[in-house]
Amino acid sequence: MIINHPLLGPRDAQEFTYLGDASLIDRPDWQAEDAQQQFYEYTYLRENPAGEHRELWFHEAGDRSWLVVTRNTLTHEISNVEMASDVARARGRSK
Amino acid sequence: MSYSGFRVIKEALRGHTGWKPAWRNPEPQSSYDYIVIGAGGHGLATAYYLAKEYGKKRIAVLEKGWLGGGNVGRNTTIIRSNYMLDGNEPFYEFSMKKWEGLEQELNYNAMVSQRGILNLIHSDPQRDAFVRRGNAMMLNGADAELLSVEQIRARYPFLNFNDARFPIKGGLAQHRGGTVRHDAVAWGYARAADRLGVDIIQNCEVTGFRIENGVCKGVETSRGYIGGNKIASCVAGSSSRLMSKAGMRLPIESTVLQAFVTEGLKPVLPGVITFGAGHFYCSQSDKGGLVFGGDPDGYNTYAQRGNLPTVEDVCESGMALIPAIGRARMLRMWGGVMDMSMDGSPIIDKTDIDGLYFNGGWCYGGFKATPASGMCYAHLLATDTPHEYAKAYRFDRFRRGYVIDEKGMGAQPNLH
Ligand SMILES: Cc1cc2nc3c(=O)[nH]c(=O)nc-3n(C[C@H](O)[C@H](O)[C@H](O)COP(=O)(O)OP(=O)(O)OC[C@H]3O[C@@H](n4cnc5c(N)ncnc54)[C@H](O)[C@@H]3O)c2cc1C
Repeated sequence: MIINHPLLGPRDAQEFTYLGDASLIDRPDWQAEDAQQQFYEYTYLRENPAGEHRELWFHEAGDRSWLVVTRNTLTHEISNVEMASDVARARGRSK
Repeated sequence: MSYSGFRVIKEALRGHTGWKPAWRNPEPQSSYDYIVIGAGGHGLATAYYLAKEYGKKRIAVLEKGWLGGGNVGRNTTIIRSNYMLDGNEPFYEFSMKKWEGLEQELNYNAMVSQRGILNLIHSDPQRDAFVRRGNAMMLNGADAELLSVEQIRARYPFLNFNDARFPIKGGLAQHRGGTVRHDAVAWGYARAADRLGVDIIQNCEVTGFRIENGVCKGVETSRGYIGGNKIASCVAGSSSRLMSKAGMRLPIESTVLQAFVTEGLKPVLPGVITFGAGHFYCSQSDKGGLVFGGDPDGYNTYAQRGNLPTVEDVCESGMALIPAIGRARMLRMWGGVMDMSMDGSPIIDKTDIDGLYFNGGWCYGGFKATPASGMCYAHLLATDTPHEYAKAYRFDRFRRGYVIDEKGMGAQPNLH
């Protein structure tokens, strides 16, 4: 697989390590009333879809940035690559 | 029809005209007491034990493709009970004991071969860890023996003993481990279940569940609606896909694991060996091919094929351990989609929906579990209580913090 890094251009997926579902960006509020339930779901439950999947890849052997890659789990086709920091900022986070 | 030496001679004398198909190909009925979804090893074993051990009737196994076409037909056939943790080791040793009598019970040659499995040790801390594991195994009634370099050299003289980085310093052997002809396990259970009246319905994909007031009443399939009192999901790599149709999210991700086989060689590898410094395991099939594998590809996928970086990594590990393997030509490689759970251990449990049950999360080690998984799942379905060896395999262990994480990797499925 080739991942089209927003800053570095097309890079071999071998340079990256894989973390999992991009929902891991959205860490729950630890002070919420139901924080325990939220953290359980955040830590352990996954959509694991057959089809389009937004997921976190880390450019370990490159610029060490985190990317949000939109990839089809049936065909391995990658349709979108974003910097994870941009995705987090777009949700009102500082980084 | 029972299989025996006598039968073979009789058929030889009359030109093999008397052999019958090993199982029927029935039309689905409108309803069953028990519907098992997925005719892999676990689903077929579950149906068999439901009929055999629990005397249940009106059982169907629904399979979207052909029986045995999933991971049970794709794995590297290794059986062992060399786990460490309390929730796992008694279960896998139970499974090992069931393998030991399986062929007689099923009247089917599954080529159960207890040729032994050897986990190699490359450092002193690794030896400590393996000694601990061996002790845990013996405490649970399994066999384990720590082998010296000389003992290993006598059996496997061609290993790379003096590698500068990863010298071989010993090994943990389980002599009762080995390999089983994977397809024959599916076929043996299918035939035995069919003989007890189980309807195995192939080309019948479950596309949805009919759930009314929190009770599962039946399944929608590519061959129409089928009602059922107890519906048992047993679809391995497709677990999340199927259970999402019941509105469930699982502690599971699907990953592909590849396997490889070389051209047929003369007998060279008497048992199963695993590399302790990289991920590589190898055995020799009865046809002579070296069957080997390594790490899963490590990203979510439902494509039953892997990518080249993993092929390179596995072959490099193989070369590091058995330099001679470089002279063998690789014949075939393939992949299977695995249900990787969040702690690397399986789930055999009820769901929050009445009448809907779940078996999955087998990661890359569910083949060896087939007999025990079938027994425990059948027990759960028949009695609504967990089998004594599957008490730890509950959904709520994640919420409650009782994960069974053999490698201590945390909630990241691709690391287990
Ligand atoms: C390459 C590879 C090597 C492995 N090596 C080993 C090993 O050496 N030792 C070991 O112990 N384990 C090994 N495993 C793991 C083992 O193969 C699996 O854990 C085990 O086979 C899973 O259980 P099963 O046999 O029931 O699954 P499967 O055979 O996959 O059965 C599931 C069935 O469900 C069917 N299905 C899916 N969705 C639906 C639906 N909607 N409706 C109807 N049917 C459906 C599928 O078609 C399939 O036939 C390996 C796996 C792979 C991929």
